[in-house]
Amino acid sequence: MSRVVILLPVVLFFALAGVFAYALYFKELFTGVAHNPSELPSALIDRPAPEFALPALRDDGQGLSSADLKGGGAKLVNVFASWCAPCRIEHPQLMEMAKAHGVTLHGIAYKDKPEDSRRFLEVLGDPFTRVGVDRDGRAAIDWGVYGVPETYVVDADGHIRYRHVGPLMPQDMEKMLGMVRELGR
Amino acid sequence: MRRWHALLTLVLLLLASPTLAVMPDEKLADPALEARAREISKELRCLVCQNQSIDDSDAGLARDLRVLVRERLVAGDSNDQVLRFVHDRYGDFVLLRPPVRPETWGLWFGPAVVLLIAGAGAAVYLRGRRKDAHAVAVSADLTPEEEARIAALLAKERGEKRS
Repeated sequence: MSRVVILLPVVLFFALAGVFAYALYFKELFTGVAHNPSELPSALIDRPAPEFALPALRDDGQGLSSADLKGGGAKLVNVFASWCAPCRIEHPQLMEMAKAHGVTLHGIAYKDKPEDSRRFLEVLGDPFTRVGVDRDGRAAIDWGVYGVPETYVVDADGHIRYRHVGPLMPQDMEKMLGMVRELGR
Repeated sequence: MRRWHALLTLVLLLLASPTLAVMPDEKLADPALEARAREISKELRCLVCQNQSIDDSDAGLARDLRVLVRERLVAGDSNDQVLRFVHDRYGDFVLLRPPVRPETWGLWFGPAVVLLIAGAGAAVYLRGRRKDAHAVAVSADLTPEEEARIAALLAKERGEKRS
């Protein structure tokens, strides 16, 4: 009996070490997703997108507000900025989603000069249906944005269903496209 | 000349206050509100750096949140309302003191459980050692064989000394 009690801390130690080792080294093997401590789940999952109304970036007057996210099937909302380097890396994937797969993409230009955002889209291509200017980043705070780029999957009812933090890489495309397809165009 | 040096040193030393992330232009005119803002800011994690409060962080988002906290206070929010406002948007992780809930029990009570287990282990170990000490005391009386061996050894030594 006493031997069991004395061994308990050792057993607990190895159990704890096992949990840490799993999260650090082996999670990728089992789930295919590496543990990234800087990637946080959104607090808004399955909740309606926040109330907001942003002026249009382009001359077409297509700003972005919460009303625009209701109806019209599932869509992606991408938070970007011209000063954000990873945004340039993910941009080809956004273009492909919009052009090749016909996904509806809306943009929020985060804390960026409108002329810079416009130039960014002129040079790299414009995948967005609507683009709102969030000059002071207040709308982004309502979305729980803590760094650009971030991409949200919003369903037809205007509820946030998923958040991708960081650049959307080619290997992330399948997941995002699957989700949009499942939630209905 | 010397006096000027001393004065200059004094002035420079006074200027060298600890660096604060909170910028003068963020501060509220009302010292009571500002004190509350500082208090709230210390409870909120900067999600960009993740191990600093927004009160300590120079990150752009931390600054935006500090300004936001002050705006909510000026608008008449209580401290709890401000914390809830930020919590609604950024989730549990933004709170440096996470709420006590079944998911966070491990976090809150884990250390106490580990201490209890360690205490139990130490108690069992110490009791075992006392028992060992007792066993040694009991066996302090020598067996007849041991007495005989000692007598033989002593006799042998005496014999060697004599020769």
